[in-house]
Amino acid sequence: MFGYYLELAWRGLRRNSVLTALMVLAIAVGIGASMTTLTVMHLLSGDPLPGRSGSLFYAQVDTDPSPEQRKQPLDKLDYPTAMDILNAHLADRQTVVVDSAVKLRAPDASLPPLMPSMLSTTADFFPMFDVPFQYGGPWRAEDDDKHARVAVISADLNARLFQGANSVGRTLRLRDTDVRIVGVLAPWRPSPQFYTVAGGRFAAGKTADFYSKPQDVFTPFTSGLEINDGNFYQFTCWLPPSTPGHLQNAPCVWLGVWVQLNSPAKVTAFKRFLDGYAAEQHALGRVVRPQNTRLRSLMEWLDFNGVVPSDVRLQTWLAFAFLAICLFNTIGLLLAKFLRRSGEIGVRRALGASRAAIFAQCLVEAGMVGLLGGVGGLLLTLLGLWVVRGQPVAFADLAYLDGRMFLLTFALAIATSLIAGVLPAARASRVAPGLQLKTL
Amino acid sequence: MQIRPILSALRRHRLAAMLIGLEIALACAVLCNACFLIANRVRDMHIQSGVDEASLASLTISGYEDRQSVDVNARVTAGLRAIPGVQSVSVLNSIPFGERRGSMGITTDAEGLHRGGVIEFYLGGPGSAEALGFHLVAGRALQAEDYQSFSGLMPSFAPVLVTRELAEHLWPGEDPLGKSIWSKPLHYQVVGVIDRLVVPAPALWGAGTGGWSAFLPAQPGPGLSGSYLIKAAPADIRRVLRDARETIAKVAPDAVLDLQGTQTIGDLRESFFQQDRTMTGILVAVIASLLLVTALGIVGLASFWVQQRRKQIGIRRAIGATRQDILSYFQTENFLIVSGGILVGMVLAFGLNLALMKFYELPRLPLYYLPMGAVSLWLLGQLAVLGPALRAAAVPPVVATRSV
Repeated sequence: MFGYYLELAWRGLRRNSVLTALMVLAIAVGIGASMTTLTVMHLLSGDPLPGRSGSLFYAQVDTDPSPEQRKQPLDKLDYPTAMDILNAHLADRQTVVVDSAVKLRAPDASLPPLMPSMLSTTADFFPMFDVPFQYGGPWRAEDDDKHARVAVISADLNARLFQGANSVGRTLRLRDTDVRIVGVLAPWRPSPQFYTVAGGRFAAGKTADFYSKPQDVFTPFTSGLEINDGNFYQFTCWLPPSTPGHLQNAPCVWLGVWVQLNSPAKVTAFKRFLDGYAAEQHALGRVVRPQNTRLRSLMEWLDFNGVVPSDVRLQTWLAFAFLAICLFNTIGLLLAKFLRRSGEIGVRRALGASRAAIFAQCLVEAGMVGLLGGVGGLLLTLLGLWVVRGQPVAFADLAYLDGRMFLLTFALAIATSLIAGVLPAARASRVAPGLQLKTL
Repeated sequence: MQIRPILSALRRHRLAAMLIGLEIALACAVLCNACFLIANRVRDMHIQSGVDEASLASLTISGYEDRQSVDVNARVTAGLRAIPGVQSVSVLNSIPFGERRGSMGITTDAEGLHRGGVIEFYLGGPGSAEALGFHLVAGRALQAEDYQSFSGLMPSFAPVLVTRELAEHLWPGEDPLGKSIWSKPLHYQVVGVIDRLVVPAPALWGAGTGGWSAFLPAQPGPGLSGSYLIKAAPADIRRVLRDARETIAKVAPDAVLDLQGTQTIGDLRESFFQQDRTMTGILVAVIASLLLVTALGIVGLASFWVQQRRKQIGIRRAIGATRQDILSYFQTENFLIVSGGILVGMVLAFGLNLALMKFYELPRLPLYYLPMGAVSLWLLGQLAVLGPALRAAAVPPVVATRSV
């Protein structure tokens, strides 16, 4: 019976090709717009570390001594606080991150000096965030203590300087210091670049830059601070730093501290530690608001910073409003289409077809419109993503359709057309056979 | 025109009429809000910078040491000045629509109690104020001795020029001359008021803060170097900037040119508003496709109705109705449906605007958008229904005599 309905549907669609084309086009454009924006949304709002993000936390203590009330601690930490938290070694893993632009030359490569972004962090960074390596590996924990002159570089930089060859053991010149490459990352593109995210609530929704590529150079925190001394930027200061760019003793926040806590008990314990630390510093007079500590999980932190740019969210809403209009349009057109065939339906009913059969037949036809619209929508989605990739935004290179979104495109198209089909099909199945036969 | 028979006919097509009505309602809501969003973006994009954009370019270098900065400044400014066509070269930390290097929270008292918000300090060396080309509306122009050398991030005391907008914000209704701006322990005294000077990233700190700038004179040095303002005739500026890039390789071979920060102010403005332009384009495309889809829906249903009522039209024609009567019947019917849709749509538009206000900090939708949206949808409906209505009017009376 289903096959017969398919055939009928196909005949029905061909009979009124202009109307059919209109419906298919409306669904295709609606689906194309919604799926393009939904794909971008999905890429930008996803979990950058699925399966792991639940055990990663961002630590915040309010060390700003200004007397006014603050609901939220500042987005980063000052140097003494970050070091105290790090050196307590209470978490399963802990790391500190700060990025700065550094002058880079490769003695082996004949390139003019570059100014890439350098992330200074600790050895725990790599296993904590599941960073993949192509050659070599991370530096060891003792390299952090020894201020070792070592570095890990990105796949991009390795391709640029060494044409993608194994460059472990080779030397880079960072500012005036030679560092030995110990590892080369495999292509790594977390979305967003979650570990440096901060200050999203002050960005007025223009947060596209949170999705920029990871840094090109990674150095041990202790070494990085020495190598690039004088070139570090504060997140904010409550008093001007006496030596700009050298912030270790400055009244400024500029460091992000991440901890990995593998069990809920450890999370509670660590929060208690933060509170205790703040209370102790309060007693010493350094902290004014000891109760103002936070331990947000990775996803909570991203959420708090509103990482998805507001324009992207707006586009998604627009696309779905547009899809809704296309849906109403399709309902209207299907209604016209089915009722125009009232005579034919009357004959089928008179010959013994049940209401359910008419209903099913009409729905099959609607579903077919959806399928055709889905194919068109898919093409338009691919076109839309291609346009997004051409935009000068930080996340442009991420905009590709994955398998799940591919399937969702068809699911959405068919669901849309079935929803659109229900009302007209129900109406068509209520056609009174007698009345129609009389007018034939 | 008799509305009663149309209404009773519509009652027999409740479902279809309701669908078109709902489509119109949604279209009305989206149309009004999308137009409003476009108007907002366009207004943002056309913000007045207050500077001589067409003849200015910025050049940024980095990768040298602080102790070299005096030397680098001297070499770069001398090198750039030697380029034919260059009118002036000066050192300026922040650039309109470019890098933001002087954003600071300020207070209007020494104790730091009366907050004035975050403003932008344009820290400029000799010649930069003249190059920017802003207009002084009160107070005195800066003198050579106002440009003092300093250590640290910012001078600790200096005379300052503030924009009229900033002065109005900090001291509403008062004379700003002689007043002080503090950012503990820094202290600046207002000596002049300038007409307008945009902050590098307008709209970042919220609506109405786009002009909260101050100009702070200082002598180039470690705290002020690496970022240069080049002035040339508008026709020359691109060529001059091209030459400047090559000059840097010669006069400061060790420094790294920052391509992002080395552009004309016009280009910086372009890229600063790129996102807004894209968004405006998307909104226009959405409005266009939305109107098209709605129009096609109306055409589709109206055609169906015309076909369904051929016989009745024939009868009406046979008993004396003119073509004009038939035409206006369909036009009135469409007008009624669209009006119903618009009525619901206005409520929806208002609700959508409330949601946008909540999530996107958008201002309230001005009421005049509603009649504007209504008129455009009425027009759209009449245009869309014209074709089917003309076909209905063309139905000959003889149809009435067939197969009754």
